[in-house]
Amino acid sequence: MAAITLNVNGRAHTVDVDPATPLLYVLSDDLALNGPKFGCGLGQCGACTVIVRGRAVRSCVTPVSTVAGAPGADIMTLEGLGTVERPHPIQQAFIDEQAAQCGFCLNGVILTAKAFLDQNPKPSDAQISQSLATTLCRCFAHTRMLRAIKRYAGRA
Amino acid sequence: MKKLTIDARQAFAQAGFSRRDLLKGAGALVVTFSTASTARLADALGVGQGQFGTQNARVGAQLDSWIAIAADGSVTAYTGKCELGQGMYTVQMQLIAEELSVPLSRVKLIQCDTSVTPDQGTTSGSQSTPTNFNERNLAQAGATAREALLRLASERLAVPVDRLAASDGVISARGDGSKRVGYGDLIGGKRFNLALSTTAKRKPASEWTVLGKPVPRVDMPAMATGQFEFVHNVRVPGMLHGRVVRPPAVGATLVSVDEASVRSLPGFVKVVVKKNFVGVVCEKPWQAIQAAQHLKAAWTPGAGLPAHRDFHGFMRRQPSRDALLVNSKDVDQQLARAASVITATYLYPYQMHGSMGSSCAVADVRGDRATIWSPTQSAYPVRSGAAMILGLAPENVRVVFTRGSGCYGINGADTVSFDAAVLSQAVGKPVRVQLSRKDEMAWENYGLAYVIDQRIGVGADGAILAWDYEAWSPTRGGRPGYDRPGNVVTGMLLGYEPQPFAPRTPAPEPGGRFNNNSNAAPSYVTGCVAGRCGGAGIVKSERVLSHTIASPFFTGPLRSPSRLQNTFAHECFIDEVAAHVRADPVAYRVRHLSDARLRAVVTRAAEAAQWEARPSPRPNLSRTGVARGRGIACVAYEGDNGYSAMVADVDVDQATGAVTLKRLVIAQDCGPISNPDGMKNQIEGGALQGMSRALGEEVTWDDQKVTSVDWRTYRSLPLGFAVPVVESVLINRTGVEATGSGETAITIAAAALGNAIFDATGARVRQVPFTPDRVKAALDART
Repeated sequence: MAAITLNVNGRAHTVDVDPATPLLYVLSDDLALNGPKFGCGLGQCGACTVIVRGRAVRSCVTPVSTVAGAPGADIMTLEGLGTVERPHPIQQAFIDEQAAQCGFCLNGVILTAKAFLDQNPKPSDAQISQSLATTLCRCFAHTRMLRAIKRYAGRA
Repeated sequence: MKKLTIDARQAFAQAGFSRRDLLKGAGALVVTFSTASTARLADALGVGQGQFGTQNARVGAQLDSWIAIAADGSVTAYTGKCELGQGMYTVQMQLIAEELSVPLSRVKLIQCDTSVTPDQGTTSGSQSTPTNFNERNLAQAGATAREALLRLASERLAVPVDRLAASDGVISARGDGSKRVGYGDLIGGKRFNLALSTTAKRKPASEWTVLGKPVPRVDMPAMATGQFEFVHNVRVPGMLHGRVVRPPAVGATLVSVDEASVRSLPGFVKVVVKKNFVGVVCEKPWQAIQAAQHLKAAWTPGAGLPAHRDFHGFMRRQPSRDALLVNSKDVDQQLARAASVITATYLYPYQMHGSMGSSCAVADVRGDRATIWSPTQSAYPVRSGAAMILGLAPENVRVVFTRGSGCYGINGADTVSFDAAVLSQAVGKPVRVQLSRKDEMAWENYGLAYVIDQRIGVGADGAILAWDYEAWSPTRGGRPGYDRPGNVVTGMLLGYEPQPFAPRTPAPEPGGRFNNNSNAAPSYVTGCVAGRCGGAGIVKSERVLSHTIASPFFTGPLRSPSRLQNTFAHECFIDEVAAHVRADPVAYRVRHLSDARLRAVVTRAAEAAQWEARPSPRPNLSRTGVARGRGIACVAYEGDNGYSAMVADVDVDQATGAVTLKRLVIAQDCGPISNPDGMKNQIEGGALQGMSRALGEEVTWDDQKVTSVDWRTYRSLPLGFAVPVVESVLINRTGVEATGSGETAITIAAAALGNAIFDATGARVRQVPFTPDRVKAALDART
């Protein structure tokens, strides 16, 4: 066990955990965040995605020690993006398009798309697809989600 | 008070039920409160323990089981049909808002909590809309309540009922705005004390202002912003984390467990062993995962599994339980005199629910009381099964449905609820369990594999004379229901038997009323039993014979169970026959259908897709390059629970066998539409989920164990696949009963796709999934 400091959604948190613990468990258990979710624990589905240094990271396979405290290593989760009262425009796009069914995958879909679009503001459809090549939605709300992503990309 | 559901807490707090009402036993609800949560609930309500009635609201015959009006005039409704991602929560709120003439914002809905909601069994089988949106149950409660309120207002205002109008939660005299009274003033906080009326009239669809509209999902903002609390996010004070250790092979039994192998690990609390059930409990989730991995347990070898490669042949050779749905007894005669007889065999694999999030539950079992936060579709049955496992009285167990990842049937939700209950009981503290990806996938109740032999005789005019269907499918366990915990893996490991399987050959002759039996009967036959006909078609010579065999794996309902597999075989086969007689696939279907609603969806889908009337395959086929084709398929789901037809346009790369979906057009008739956007969402998701199942999904195994245990070994089409255009044509038909709409589009996806591949290439693929290898083999087999 070790004391580890994480910067999450603009706030510093110190937790006492095994440094090998995947970031996901620290976020969802120690910090009681609902956004990142355990889907597979293998980095295959995207449910656990968070944004670190502007990149979408699969927190279920990222040891917490690798994202601890370093300057610029702020971790953003879905709840750090916007709120029910003031959703981020990409969240609003998903709400406007009613782009979900069970909603379990939304964390991974929204954050993966957000990180990608931040780096590639004018993507082609093929590039958008490529960015979502390992992101799953088992309800298959695909058409709506892609509409939401393109709606946001068009506005950004 | 923390873990009363938020909805329930708010509802009780805001409903204005007085302490005195409850003490008098005159609380505004007919509920079961004698559960582990009593103390918390009592705390929430500010009353002492033991003051609640114990009458079970199972039947739901009393209006107060369904609807309560608070002092502020807001309406709280109670339902046993849960939100699973299909939009049922929002649309039930619409229903109540509509029937009671209140804005959506003044409706609260409490779903699937065994302490407060009526027992409506399981949320499944496209039955929620038929059950709660027609002249019974929740809808009828709404109509009953509105009429009761109008009667009360009539007495209060001394105005005849027919001169009153309800709007915005206020009843007023028509033409005299001074005579008005709000619902809260009429009955707020008190019981109706009425039985559900069988004669109360629902609002006609022509007057709807809330129902029938594309109301956005009320849960969407919280989901999109990470605020929504799934069962995975339930956190009870003092909660520990459990992990199960499943056997390494199917049929393996436990020899020994070495607790010392994990005792010194950080956070270790306990190893729990009950017969073949093994689990660990630790303080933190990662610790539990580590302990489960490091635990030394010895198991016997597995029982051995039939070869995956020959499983369909294996099914044919097993002792079976046989059933005849229809048997006109002239099939062999008609086939003998037919101008030609066409035969084909269709094969379907085991598939899995494969939920996005592995299943999770939290249980708090202390002494003789238990509370389980569960994502199950079956709150009351799980309560009963958990009570058996825990040795508790069912009324002392409370199951609080809490949303999980989309399940599409019986995923790991029930079994993990039992896991959490067993582990919590063993440590006397609340325990959260989330299955590993592998444990979810290797042990869930799979959707059924199928072998379907089809035989049709056609006359000289091309008409179908006789249809002969014979199928084999496996079964083991299923939903646990109220008394079969052994139908899922946890119960089996604990020593409970699954539903017994009893072979029976030959099948008895069909009796009673015609039963479509999961669309085993093709749409095109008359479905006549003892002179009464219930089919959707005109083919009189008909035989439908089903063989069920014992499955080596647990099985259970997976979205459109058996309906999908049967429809795949029927709708591909009629396409083959149409091609044989050089008929247009749309016209050929319509020619053999008697059901007007099914005919209508076929023609509407064809129109919307600009269907070109001609036989398949397309003229001037090229054997090389990328070929484009179109295919159609249709279903009357279970005979009368939703009508859908799909046209699929595809490209087939004839060099590789890879299939690309270009466009899907789906026409659907589900009676009066409650929420058109919700229905579209179901159609779109169902169509694409059906395509994922058709193109890549298959459970695999070796001689000991399941080998499709993650997203590399079980292939689901990702967000990034070449997503086709999906167009929905909604047919809003009022004046008939509302039907389900969540399982229609998925039912016809594989058949529409197979027919489109044939149209493009002249190659028929008869085995799902249509992997590039299989498509390529079919292409190479063209003569």
